[in-house]
Amino acid sequence: MDLTPSPQEEAYRNEARTWLEANVPKPYEGDKSISDAGYVEYLRDWQRAQAENGWLGITWPKEYGGQGLGPTEQSIYNEEEAKLESPYLMGQVGVSLIGPTIAMMGTPEQKEAYLSKLLLGEEIWVQGFSEPNAGSDLGSLACRAVRDGDHFIVNGQKTWTSYAQVADWIFLLVRTNPDATKYKGITCLLVDMKSEGVSVRPLRMMSGDSVFNEVFFSDVKVPVENVLGEIDGGWKVGITALMHERMNLGGSITVELAHFLAKVVELARQRGLTDDPIVRQKLAQASLELEVFQMTSARAMSAVGKGEAPGPEGSILKLFWSNYNQWLVQTAQEIAGPYGQLAPEKFGSLSYRYLRARGNSIEAGTSEVLKNTIAARVLGLPKSY
Amino acid sequence: MDFELSKPQKMLQDSVKEFLNRHCDFEKVRELMETETAHDAELWEGLTDQGWVALTIPEEHEGLELGAVDLVAVTEAMGSFTMPGPFLSNTWAAELIAASGNEAFAKDVLPGVADGETKVTVALLEESASWEPQRCALAITEDGGSYRVSGEKLFVGDAEVAELILVVGRLGDDLAVISIARGADGLTIEPMSAIDSTRKLYKLSFDGAVSETLVARGKQAEEALHRATRLATVAVCGELVGVMQWVLDATVEYAKTREQFGRVIGSYQAVQHHCADILYYLESARSAAYYAAWAVSVDDPGADRAASVAKAYCSDAAREVGNLGIQAHGGIGFTWEHDLHLFYKRAKSNEILFGDATFHRDRIAAMVLD
Repeated sequence: MDLTPSPQEEAYRNEARTWLEANVPKPYEGDKSISDAGYVEYLRDWQRAQAENGWLGITWPKEYGGQGLGPTEQSIYNEEEAKLESPYLMGQVGVSLIGPTIAMMGTPEQKEAYLSKLLLGEEIWVQGFSEPNAGSDLGSLACRAVRDGDHFIVNGQKTWTSYAQVADWIFLLVRTNPDATKYKGITCLLVDMKSEGVSVRPLRMMSGDSVFNEVFFSDVKVPVENVLGEIDGGWKVGITALMHERMNLGGSITVELAHFLAKVVELARQRGLTDDPIVRQKLAQASLELEVFQMTSARAMSAVGKGEAPGPEGSILKLFWSNYNQWLVQTAQEIAGPYGQLAPEKFGSLSYRYLRARGNSIEAGTSEVLKNTIAARVLGLPKSY
Repeated sequence: MDFELSKPQKMLQDSVKEFLNRHCDFEKVRELMETETAHDAELWEGLTDQGWVALTIPEEHEGLELGAVDLVAVTEAMGSFTMPGPFLSNTWAAELIAASGNEAFAKDVLPGVADGETKVTVALLEESASWEPQRCALAITEDGGSYRVSGEKLFVGDAEVAELILVVGRLGDDLAVISIARGADGLTIEPMSAIDSTRKLYKLSFDGAVSETLVARGKQAEEALHRATRLATVAVCGELVGVMQWVLDATVEYAKTREQFGRVIGSYQAVQHHCADILYYLESARSAAYYAAWAVSVDDPGADRAASVAKAYCSDAAREVGNLGIQAHGGIGFTWEHDLHLFYKRAKSNEILFGDATFHRDRIAAMVLD
């Protein structure tokens, strides 16, 4: 065991910090809503600046515009970026999930056509997986694609598609063979959102925002060369993308949580509660659990850095994060007292965070499905379905 | 950055497991817990021969001078067998002597501890039952170069097998540590029967008992006690990780074989989720324990905090893991016959030892808020 950062890691951290301090833009003035064109432009500029200077796609191979470095460097950059509370990366899903999957499984033409624009934020990619009747049971998806000469004709619906309203491309799982057993008849299509027959309807969440959308496909023509991987081999493509999603936890998330915890402590001070023994116990619990989360993240990173397959830490981190964030924001609400219920201004966006956190144990794998996965894949218990 | 035990540390851990597999199976554990002291001279000799008793004792006093990570690798293995006897109290007391700055006393006593001839323990708690040394009130009086003590110490580990007892008290306004022989006049030792009978606790009554040795006093005593307790605290965290690992393995194994309604119970999600929760607590606790061990081993500026984080987390986690393990086992898990209760009880005694989660959260709160 040696947790001292190596000189190379320290040097990389310094380089990242120096660049970020000079380049992170001032916070956007105005409504940070995806329906504000100015905000979308602001986010695109930030993505381009990072990509052009070699700070995006850090783990991507060099030939596709990446840096060819490891998860440790990615995590260092994420941490330093989060410390400065930099703007959100609008092309996050593309950069961390879809890009690496295209780089791994795409044809030379597909890599040439998509990867550079994806990284630079010139084209925003989103993920078309979930459907109204295919949530946790993703393999039962029904959005249909029928071969017609050089094209597939797509009909059906996707839902929970983040940022579809600004997307240029969708990474779409469709059913191409309804006669095959459920995981064997799925294909991954790369679909231009400007195609005729694609329509987007934002979903308003209980927190009031509309990041998620429903996406409808009505006789949408998709060229056969836009199949990623093999026809009827799309399940493997989807799983590969989801594995990248789990890998992406840690790093910036721990720093984001640390920022929020600091705000909760500040709130307790303002409310004169830092001598209250119950509040002290809760804030100590919040602090220690965050440290445990950081350590488990570092452990997972250390295993991946040594070339080991990601261990059970990946699913555990997702469970830990969602439990923790939900509990912490509830605790923050208690500390805020009657002020906690107020919509936005009084104590930052506490009430928004409180409502939004309910999604944490549902999105990217419900806690129940993650536990099923741990039971079957890590502990070797019989699959329950 | 490397966040796993090194190859030699893994080998060390495996050799402890192999040894205990041969010399400390559950039959042995159950036999020892029925004895007065839970100490077995033959087992102790074996641990000594392997060098594990001398693991953290400085080389100049004939120890191996290994660090906290090595110690945690060893105690994790011991925890997975609920190894009975005085290993922890002895390690705590040996470190207190090594850190005391009293070279003459260390030179006199530690080589004997390293080769297993002398066993040592620490008497810290009193009626207040606080792990905060500042709450220590037992009065020690100086009397022409010797030290006289009257009063009580409670919850003293393994006092009936230790040849020397390090008694923490107050000399004037100073915290002080004196050394008293177990057989000293004016010292009565009575058992305090507790739920974990694999490690025995005692009440010590002093009635003008006399010590010739002041081990440390004032700042020196405070710092030595702090360092020794911090090391022993991470050692307990290692044990708790071992306890949780055993409960996980036993529960998963049971879930794979026990059938109800025509299927193994491990195929039902309710049971699967208990198992997954156990893994969640175990691996999170492991991260905290290993990190704290590393921080203590390099004397990192954050070592105190890391030790409190680890002890708070591991204490709560191990209790919860025990609860889940028993629940998943159903009725058999609640019996004397099944070995689960050995681990459940060890989890409880370790939760309390050196301060439970509430105690360490108090310390963390002071670090974060004051």
